[in-house]
Formats: sequence, structure tokens, C-alpha cells
Amino acid sequence: MVVDIGPSNIETAFVLEALRKNVRVDGRGIYDYRTLRISCGPTPGLAEVQLGQTRVLARVSCEVTRPSPDRPTEGLVQFSSELSNLAAPNLDASSGGRVSAQEVAISRMVERVIRQSRAIDTEALCILAGVKVWTVRVDLHFLDHGGNLMDAAAAAAIVALRHFRRPDVTVQGEEAIIHDPRERNPVPLSIHHTPVCVSFAFLGALGELAVLDPSLLEEQAQAASFTVTLNAHKEICALNKAGGVPLSPEQIQRCTQVALTKADEISDAINAALKGSSSNK
Amino acid sequence: MGDTKIVIPGDIIDTHTEDSDQTILRLGPGLTQTNDDTRATTAGVLHSAKDNTQYWVVSNKRRYVPAESEPVLGVIVARHGEGYRVDIGSAHDALLPLLAFEGATKRNKPNLALGTLVYARVAVANSLMDPEIECFNSKTGKAEGYGEMTEGFMFKCSLGLARRLIDSRAPVLGALGAGVPFEVAVGLNGRVWINTASPATTVLVANAIKNSEFLNAKQCRQMVKELLEKQ
Repeated sequence: MVVDIGPSNIETAFVLEALRKNVRVDGRGIYDYRTLRISCGPTPGLAEVQLGQTRVLARVSCEVTRPSPDRPTEGLVQFSSELSNLAAPNLDASSGGRVSAQEVAISRMVERVIRQSRAIDTEALCILAGVKVWTVRVDLHFLDHGGNLMDAAAAAAIVALRHFRRPDVTVQGEEAIIHDPRERNPVPLSIHHTPVCVSFAFLGALGELAVLDPSLLEEQAQAASFTVTLNAHKEICALNKAGGVPLSPEQIQRCTQVALTKADEISDAINAALKGSSSNK
Repeated sequence: MGDTKIVIPGDIIDTHTEDSDQTILRLGPGLTQTNDDTRATTAGVLHSAKDNTQYWVVSNKRRYVPAESEPVLGVIVARHGEGYRVDIGSAHDALLPLLAFEGATKRNKPNLALGTLVYARVAVANSLMDPEIECFNSKTGKAEGYGEMTEGFMFKCSLGLARRLIDSRAPVLGALGAGVPFEVAVGLNGRVWINTASPATTVLVANAIKNSEFLNAKQCRQMVKELLEKQ
């Protein structure tokens, strides 16, 4: 009902004028991240990430299903997101179970980051080939939209997946026994690496001014956006640029260099949060 | 007045007094009467008048409910034949008639672009109609500071902070004014417009005001002093 009208003209003009003098509206440096806070638990598979004003909650659950017919030995990983007017007053309340375009876009992005980078071992999710596999479901709830939902959502998803424990399974011939978590300790998912997203916004008519981790105002005023997904092994898992003005190879190079350092910091924060929560158990 | 009492929605307020002559009890914002009880409807601090005939709850929220004669900052989202539709952060956009400007006549109407920020006062606000705003004081016909904002910067804050800022004696504004020249317009819909000589100063002033929400006067002055020294 309420359409996103965007910021007023003077706000957009001010953001650009300030950026031309290397000043960001919230006082950060051009390549500074906002304060990142990650918390997991108490339930396994529940993680909340706060990136400045942006807050995302990720919840992982699993159930036993039939596998997809063309991949009988692989489990499934599904992503869904909820972006309602809890997060910002100008967003539509999800009406009657229909998903909005924005929600679809975000869940697709997170899915691409985690699935295409093969972070989760889907073959380890197989119980009985062709008959039973685990379907792991990641639900993202956006509690507050302060800009750069992508980085926060990806971090929340991967933390939740690493934090999650699925019930243990014993396979005897054609029979699979799924153990109750109270009888046998649930086991973690098999996760190869931790992909981390680092997003940039480009402002100005030609996208000449780059900023890292855009705030909501910078995101609304941007001419293009670009996300680099990397892991702690300095492997680039994905590059994402959807729409917006064209960027030069030098800009892409510079962003990737900055992303390398920043991804390390985020990975460290993720590891610290997971270690902290496991030592509390 | 008594000590401060925090209430949450649903709390029953004890409004009983010994004075049997008192028959009229006035319930202000955040309170409602259900059967024989007085209940709080919003979360906040309960206040009462000295003679215990008036009670009200002071609460802090971020979503604005328009009330008549309040100054607000709005962004023009559409133009109709009769006026502009302006987003003021309330559930429904407000209507700003084309003639609601100083010196506007049928021949001489303002021509504002979409996305323009305007400072206006709420003329009509009730739960049955869309709110209406005007860019002048309709009693005097003068602009009195209302109208289009052509430069500067705007940011959002909570309603409680906006209410405190609109008092010109607000400590953070006084402390900033002593160090930096700036203009400010406060909208009670949780939006603040500021203008200074340079972007860096504007960012400093904006962040100082945002930081001042939970600080008392002394802490405000200290915070502003540190910010100005760092510059």
C-alpha cells in the first residue's frame, strides 16, 4: 500500500556533496563497517546479526523428506525471508503468504551465496539414497532495515547453519533410525567453509563514489551496488552486481582488495561468536 | 507528583483519592477507561497533576500519529490538482493544498518538485480523515518559517527526542550553538532538519543530536565538547 518513496531531494544531494569531500553521513570512513554484533542460541540454529541499525534473525530447522528425483543422493537446502513493515514503515506487510519481490531477491541472493559456493555438503545430508534425505530450511527474519541487508543476512545464515545441530541417524541396511536428540547428541551439519558477503554502494551520476557497507540513506541514493562473497581462505565465492550504472575494472579490483581484509574481520567475528556460544553450553 | 512509575499496556492505574468532592478525572494520552478501571494503553512513564485529577503517560515511539497544530517535516510524493500528497511518516500521507502557502493565490501557486522537503504545520488531524498540513499560519497568513527547505540535511529520530528538541532550551542545541553556527527545524514526526556551512559540520551536528537522546544536560555538554575538539 505504501510505496517506497525514497529520501527527500536534499538528503540525496547532501549525501553526494558530503561524499565528494570524503565525509559520510554517519561519520564513518569510506571503507569502514558499522558495528557488527553476532549472537547465537539459545536454541541450536538461531542466530541474530546486528550491523549498525540493521538487524537480521536467522533460524535453521530440518526435516526428513524425499530427495529430488534428479539428485537422489543429495539433501536439500531451502531459504526463505520475511521482510515486513516491522523492518521499515514503508515496506508492505506480507499479505496472505504472498512473498514480495524484495523478499524473493534477498533469499535468492543468500541462497546463491551459500549454495553455489558449496558451503554446505549436501551429500552428507543423505540418509537413504533415493528415499530419505534431510531438507534444511533457513528462515531469515529482517527485524530492522538500516541498509545493507545482504551482508547481515548472509552472516546470519551462515552462523545459524554452523550453530545448528541435526538429529543423529543410524542406517542399517534399508532402515534408517533417527535418534531423538535426548537419546543421542545431535550432530552439526557438514560445512566446508564460511562464505562472507562484503557489499559496496556506488553513488554519483556515474557511480564514481564508492562506500563500503551502505547505510539506508546511502543505499537509497546509490547508482549501483556490488557484493563480493569470499571466505577465510581468500577464495572468491561469488561476485554480484544486479543493475545500476556500469563499473570499471579498476573499481571492481579495488573493491575486491578491500573486501579481502574486511572478510577476514567478519570471519573472525563469526568464529568468536560461535566459540563463545559453544563454551556456554 | 510522587515517584516515577513505569507502566506497560494493560496496567491498571490506581486513581482513587480520598477527596470525595472530586468527580471529574481527566485521562490524558496513553490512558483509557475500561469499565471502572483506568488502564494504560502505551508503555511509558506515568505522570499525574498535583491534585490527582489528571493522569497521562509520556511514551517514546518512532511511528507518528498526527495531531493538530504540530510542526512536521514532510516529503512531497505526488501532486494532484488540488494540492500535494506529503509523506509525514504517519499511516496515511497528508494533503498539502496548493493555496496553503504564504501569498498563494489562484494565479500564483507554488510549483514544488517531487521529493521536496517541506516544513509545515498540521491543520487537520483526526482518525476519520487523511491528515492535512499547511505551509503557513492560517490565522496570520505568514509563512513563519514553514515552507520548502532548499538545502541542508534531514535525519530521523524518535518522537520523544523530537519533543525535547523543539524546546529551544534543549541542552544539546545550546551546547552546539555555542561552538558551531547552525540552523535547525524540528518536526514532531521524528524528523530534524539542519543546515550548516559545510557537510562535515552538518554531519557533526546531526550525530551530536542523535547521540544526545539518552544523555542528561551535563553529559550532553561533555559529548558536544568532545566532538568539537575532535574536529
